[in-house]
Formats: sequence, C-alpha cells, structure tokens
Amino acid sequence: MATTAEVSRPLTLADLKGKVDPDWCPGCGDFGVLAALQKALVELQIPQHNVVTISGIGCSSNLPGYINTYGMHTLHGRTLAVATGVKLANHDLTVVVTGGDGDGFGIGGNHFIHTMRRNVDLLYIVMDNQIYGLTTGQTSPTSQLGMKTKSMPFGNIEAPLNPIALALAAGATFVARGFSGEQKHLTELIKEGIQHKGFSFLDAFSPCVTYNHDNTYQWFRPRVKKLEDEPAYDSANWYAAMEKAQLWGEEIPIGKFFERTDIPSLHGAEPVLAQGGPLAHRSLRLPAEMSRGFAEELL
Amino acid sequence: MKQTFAVSIGGAAGQGVATPGDVFAKILTRRGLHVNAYNAYQSIIRGGHTFLTIRTGPEKVTNMGDRIDLLIPLNQDTMNRHLGLLGSGAAVIYNADTIQPGIPADGVQLCPLPVSQLADITRNKVAQNTLAMGAGLNLMGVGFQPLEEVLTEQFKKKGEAVVNENVAVARAGYEFAAAHFKPFLNPLPMTDNRYAVLSGNVALAMGGVAAGVKFYCAYPMSPSTGVLHWMAAHARKAGVIVRQVEDEIGVINMAIGAAHAGCRAMCATSGGGFALMSEGLGMSAMIETPVVVINCQRAGPSTGVPTKTEQGDLWQMLGAAFGDYPRVIAAPTDIADCFKIIPEIFNIADRFQCPGLVLCDLLLSEGRLSVDPKDLDFNVPIDRGELITAAGGPPSGPDRDGIYKRYLITESGVSPRAIPGVPGHVHTAATDEHDENGVLLSDEYTNPAKRRAMMEKRMRKVAGIEAAVKPPELIGPRNADVTLIGWGSTKGVIQEACEILHEQGISANQLPVRWLVPLKGDAILDILKGCQHTIIVENNYSGQFARYLRSETSYVPDGYIRKYDGEPFMPHHIAEAVKEQLAGKTNLSVPRHEIMV
Ligand SMILES: Cc1ncc(C[n+]2csc(CCOP(=O)(O)OP(=O)(O)O)c2C)c(N)n1
Ligand code: SF4
Ligand SMILES: [Mg+2]
Repeated sequence: MATTAEVSRPLTLADLKGKVDPDWCPGCGDFGVLAALQKALVELQIPQHNVVTISGIGCSSNLPGYINTYGMHTLHGRTLAVATGVKLANHDLTVVVTGGDGDGFGIGGNHFIHTMRRNVDLLYIVMDNQIYGLTTGQTSPTSQLGMKTKSMPFGNIEAPLNPIALALAAGATFVARGFSGEQKHLTELIKEGIQHKGFSFLDAFSPCVTYNHDNTYQWFRPRVKKLEDEPAYDSANWYAAMEKAQLWGEEIPIGKFFERTDIPSLHGAEPVLAQGGPLAHRSLRLPAEMSRGFAEELL
Repeated sequence: MKQTFAVSIGGAAGQGVATPGDVFAKILTRRGLHVNAYNAYQSIIRGGHTFLTIRTGPEKVTNMGDRIDLLIPLNQDTMNRHLGLLGSGAAVIYNADTIQPGIPADGVQLCPLPVSQLADITRNKVAQNTLAMGAGLNLMGVGFQPLEEVLTEQFKKKGEAVVNENVAVARAGYEFAAAHFKPFLNPLPMTDNRYAVLSGNVALAMGGVAAGVKFYCAYPMSPSTGVLHWMAAHARKAGVIVRQVEDEIGVINMAIGAAHAGCRAMCATSGGGFALMSEGLGMSAMIETPVVVINCQRAGPSTGVPTKTEQGDLWQMLGAAFGDYPRVIAAPTDIADCFKIIPEIFNIADRFQCPGLVLCDLLLSEGRLSVDPKDLDFNVPIDRGELITAAGGPPSGPDRDGIYKRYLITESGVSPRAIPGVPGHVHTAATDEHDENGVLLSDEYTNPAKRRAMMEKRMRKVAGIEAAVKPPELIGPRNADVTLIGWGSTKGVIQEACEILHEQGISANQLPVRWLVPLKGDAILDILKGCQHTIIVENNYSGQFARYLRSETSYVPDGYIRKYDGEPFMPHHIAEAVKEQLAGKTNLSVPRHEIMV
C-alpha cells in the first residue's frame, strides 16, 4: 500500500530530501554519497516507506537524517546487527546501511565480519575517509602508515586494514569500491548493490576535507581506475578480485570487484520465512492445539 | 509440616546422574506428586562432582529442603562427601563392588547392591544406575510398572533389545531390594493430579512464545543457555526466528532491530553478557523501541562461578546504561512465574516503549519444578500499546507533511509508534537526542528547551509504568514475630523457613518482591511500618536489595541474612539465622552451606 501522493506520481529527488540539510563541512565527501544514494533510489523507484536507512555514529552516520526514508541512527559500530534484525523481521524492506570506517571496521569490526558471512540481504556503504571525523581527527583502521593525526602525532605505525580483501575473505557476495568524486559510477554501484540479493559491501572513498589532508580528492583523482574500463576483468572470479584488492598506491581500482549469486541470503535460508509474509506482520497468537502441545511435552 | 521425600544422586560429570534424575521426576509426577529438582554441578563436561536432589510430595515443593531421605552415590567421592548428611530413617543405595560405605549415623540404612552379580557390567556401563533406580523405587513403595513404562519410553528409539535389557536390570534391582532391604516407613502417596515438569529456562522461553515473541537471539552463556535451546528446538513449529549471534552486543542490537521493525523480540544472557548489552538498553530507551532482556544471574564478578547461583546483579540492572531513562525490572519468584512474567513485562515494555528487564537466577533457570499444565496457558493478555502497523489508522498523512511525529510530546509520554514500511509515517529513530520529528538536536542544533522537553516526555512514562504493576503483598500471619523480606527466587525457601519457625513457636511472614522497578516503595513502607522485626534475605554479599530499598525509601530493616557461596539457601539456614537474630546475637547472618558440592 502506498499513499495517494506516492502512487499518483513517480518518486523524485525532492521526495527524498530530508527534514534538515546536512551539517557536514562544505566539501565533505559524504555529500556525494548521499546524492548518489538518493539518485539510485529514484532510478530504482523504491517507495520511500519501504526503505530503511540505518547508520551508526560518526559524521557519515548522520546520513539517515538527511534522506526521507525510514531511518535509524543507532549506536557507534552496531548498525549491522540492528540492520540484520530489521531485515529478518521484515524482509520486504530495502535495507541500506551507512557509516564510517571507524564505525564499521573499528568498533563494529566483529559485526562486519559476521554479517558478511551470514549474507544478510542489505547494502552496506562505508563512507571511508580514513579518519575519525566526528571526534575531530584521530587515526582510523584505514588510516595509511605514517599518517599524522591528533592521536598519532608522530605518524601511524599500524598497517591499515584492507576492507575489500577482508570482505572477500569473510564471504561477502557483492564487493565494490566507489569514490564520492565519481557520482555516476557510485550511483550505479549503489543500484547494483541494492538489487543484489545478499550482502553488498560498498567501500566509498569519501574525503574528509577537514581532518585528512593526505587522502584528498586531488590525491584520489589520478589514482582511481574503474574496473569497468577493463574489459577482461571478470567480477565472478574471486581470485582475480583478491588480486585486485591488493593494489594500492599509484593505481587504486574502483568498481565492482566481485559478485556471486548462487548463495541464499540469510532470510532466504531461514525456514521460518519459507512461508507466510514478513515476521513483523504475523499473528502473535499460536493455534491453541500447538501451545497445548508444548505443555504436554513436559508431562 | 508438609510430607516430602528427597532423593539425591551424585557422581562425576559424565557418570549419568541426569538419566535417573529424569526417570524419577517422570515417575513421581505421573503419580500425581509435585517435584522440585536442583542440580549442584561444576563447569566441566567430565569428572568433578554433580549432585542432583529431587524432592517430592503431594503438596507444592518450593525448594530442595533440608533433608535427604535416599542417597544414591555413583562413586566413592559422593559417598564420602554426603553419607554424613543422612539422619535416622534415611537410606543409601550403592554399588558394593566399587564403593565403601563408611560409618553412617544411627538409623541410616545401608543398602549395598552386588552389581556384578545382578547385571552384566561389561555390556551395560550404567547398570549400577539402573539397578539403583529399581531398588530405590522399591524402598519408596512404588510398584515396578511405572519404571518399566518410563524405561521403555526412554530407550524405545534404541530398539527392543535395549529396552528389554534395561527393564531386566531395573527389575533385578527392584527384586533384590524387596528381598534384602527395609522399605521406607511412609510409602510415597499418589494423587490424581498430573503435572508438567520444567526448568525456569524452559518456562521463560515458553512465556516468550506465549507473549508472541517472533525473534529470539542469544550468545551461549550459562545459566541462560537453556532458553536458547528450547527456542531453537521449537523455532520452526512456533514460527520464531532464533539466531545465535557473534556476541551479546550483537544480540541486543539485533533484537532491537527486529523489535523496531515490529516483532516482539527477546534475548537472554547472564551477568557478563548483560554487561555487554548495556549500551544497547540505552538505545532501546532513546529510540523508544521495546525489547525484553533476561539476565539469568550466576555467581560473579567476572567469569565468576558459572554453574552457581547468586542474586548479585541487581545494581548492574538498576544502573545498566548511562543517562536517565524509563525501564522495568521484574524478578520471577518461582519457575511457574518465569512463564507468567514474560507476557506481563512485554505488555508493559510495549505500552511504554522501553526496555523490560527480567532478573532471573541459576536456581530458577536450571532448577526444575512441577507445574499444573493449566498454569502454562498460552492464552495470555497481549497489549502492544500505541503501535501503528498499517497505513490509514490515525495519525497518518503523506510523508512530507510532517503530520506524523514519531516522538510527539504527549501527556503520558507515550508517542504512537509506526513501524518501517507503513506509508505516511516515514521518520528517523535516533539515539542522539532528537525533537518530536526525530531530527537530531546534536552539536550545533542543540536546544536546551527541546532537550528538556524530550527528557521530560520520556520520563513521564515512569508514572504510567508505576500504575501498571501491583505492589507486593505480605504472605502469612499479620503481626508476626518476624517479617522476612526477599526478592525473586528466594520466595519458596523463605516460605518453608516460615513454616519451620511456626512449628518452633515463632510466627513469621514474608514480603516477596517481584517488581524491582517500579519498586512501589510507598506501599512497601506501609506494610513494613506495622512489622515487628524485619530481616532482608538475599543471595549476595553486600545486601544489594537492602541498599536499594534504603536508597528508595530510607527504610532500614532490623537484620540481614545473606549467602554468597554459590549455593542456594536451605530452609534451616534461614530459620536458624532468624532465631539467632531474634535472640539478639547478631543482625547479619551468613549461613554456612553444609553440603560440599
Ligand atoms: C561507544 C562509543 N565510543 C566512542 C564514540 C565516539 N565516536 C563517535 S563517532 C566516532 C568515530 C567516527 O569515525 P567514523 O566512523 O570513521 O565516522 P566519520 O566521522 O569519519 O564519518 C567516535 C569514536 C561513541 N559515540 N560511542
Ligand atoms: S569533519 Fe570531515 S567527515 Fe566530518 S563533516 Fe567535516 S569533512 Fe566531513
Ligand atoms: Mg571516518
């Protein structure tokens, strides 16, 4: 069911404008990710009440407030667990999870791994700025070696995490990387990720213009190379994807690294959901004979 | 005094203590008798010492009692530890081939079984257990047929040969006892009643399903794991999604996600897991998504004593998560109450859109009790409060109009809650402080007036919650010499202590507290005002409830009885402590647990 307003005309970008404007710093990469997400939803024409945008805590995680879909602004790092609950409770909803690199790879790292292995049907966009933005510039799990921040003033001595390789290893069934500076490309990846039936991971470079002076737009632009421009690249080949994932430096691949469609999503494999509609809409009452049966087992 | 009979079976883990326990429990309840079972064990899979006590009688049996009538030691260690606990009239049945009895008290009957003569022990490794069951039931005055029936059910799956072999061994034990031992003076009575036997964990799980739980998730942790096991085994039938999650942080967040999307969602853990969940509880309160969390307490702190009981998590529950927020905390008072309390707390959590916490403990979670099947009626009241699950129902409107305000400021503090998917109600639920529309008040938008209004809106729900629960009631004679105040699982044992005291000429009554938040302090003060001598009984070191009661009401009792050795109270512990306190010897008693388990 949709409201009259929704059925009478197609969804527009204006419909998806949030109740308030983003409070991100001018030039923040997150604007580009938000715009791409809104465009993708308009192109896919998914009714806004059927979309839930779920985030953790961070600059990037403020995104649900800036898009007019159902939204949840949860706890730092806990988004994927919350989103798994939402999806299992109502698998008719389109679940989009957004957050930062600290949120997803640092404090939320454990949930990240397990949500991938479970193949929960959702799109997870990490707005990767390689820094902790909201807490005013500390080292993140994707900060490069040597990078100086407020928490590592003499340079980072810990090797950064490789999110693409980690996602591939953890069994994500859709793995991609985008760049906030490449709007059209990013929009296409978001659309593909939403349509993929399983866990879609999208690592989106989203420069923090205030606290990360190393990995700027200017730094990324000459480096990013679209996998789509390589006709020979086969995103069904996990080993090829793993090899591409190792590239970092002069050339940084973006695009769809990997996708497989032969594995059921968590809700698809859940026997309780094999029949009947979404769990959230089922009757709370069990048939009387069944409940009597449960007590009789104990006699 | 009520007529009861207790049989204790002890051995190393892996020696098969559980099977005779199950068999006895079945036979006794089929005889129309009540049972109460408590298993003292350690966190090991093989070895150690496991000691199961099943107490039975024609009336409700609320605790393990003070006396063992029949001891079945499966190894020498059990004989050495427990023979000394037996008093006149008791009996001990043991394998004469492997166990030396030691010197019993006067009037204790030694019943040695020549196991290798009665059964082929090379083929049947648990022959001593089966023989002992047969012999024990003979002494208790129970015919052989009930045992034959239960053994047949037990071994049916393994084929007729196994059934026949076990029945034959049991019969040999039964007949040997008839020929060589003296039966107990009072044979076990029989009634026409039929009881279900269940653990607190099973009761909690069934209570959840009765309440309409559709989503249950957990991370294994003793003593809460039984809830997960029952849920998982019945998930498909009952239409409940059951997930084992990577950690308890994931558990609470996943449960809240499912609850937010519209399911009734529940999870259970023990103190350590609960500690990991506390940030999530704050989220439930802030986004106003109800969730029910059970904490089956074990002895802490830290990993503590995983298989032992304690009531040491009260302050953790009271203080869980930072900031002020409305919460409900209930402590079931017995195993049947574990079933009842879940639908009740779900209704409150749903109506007031806040976390509902259940404070159980190992004693209830893993203990077993006979319950009238009528008390497991799934047809419980269900009240989901102001929940909008479909478009059309007011308040509604096009998504952009802003007519629907998720956090609408109301007099009750409750704002109608729309679940995702409902057209016309699109909103964001935020853990950052927000306005009525769910828009964040964080950082540059911070607005003290709005923050105050939202804080007061949420906290206004406390008054509604207060009105939704009943105050505790005094059980027993008014104007008693002593009033024992307990909470949660101690209700049964305190009741029996009151009966013992009564027989000894001391009148005693009990105030059992079931709702910890809201506490109903005024009503409690009203009751205690008229009491002569008050003593707070609890299973922890620092008197957590006593401190809580004092902080809420300024009430200071006359004395305290506490126990924190991992084992539950036995009735005589409380009765003797009361006597020493009434005699003016002390106002703090810490009874010693005599059974070495
Ligand atoms: C449990 C907890 N610890 C710490 C914080 C403080 N905190 C808020 S956001 C954040 C890091 C944000 O970094 P990231 O996820 O990369 O997001 P960004 O701001 O860079 O978009 C931290 C540490 C918190 N909110 N909760
Ligand atoms: S601090 Fe960085 S990440 Fe945060 S809004 Fe500003 S530019 Fe964006
Ligand atoms: Mg970041």
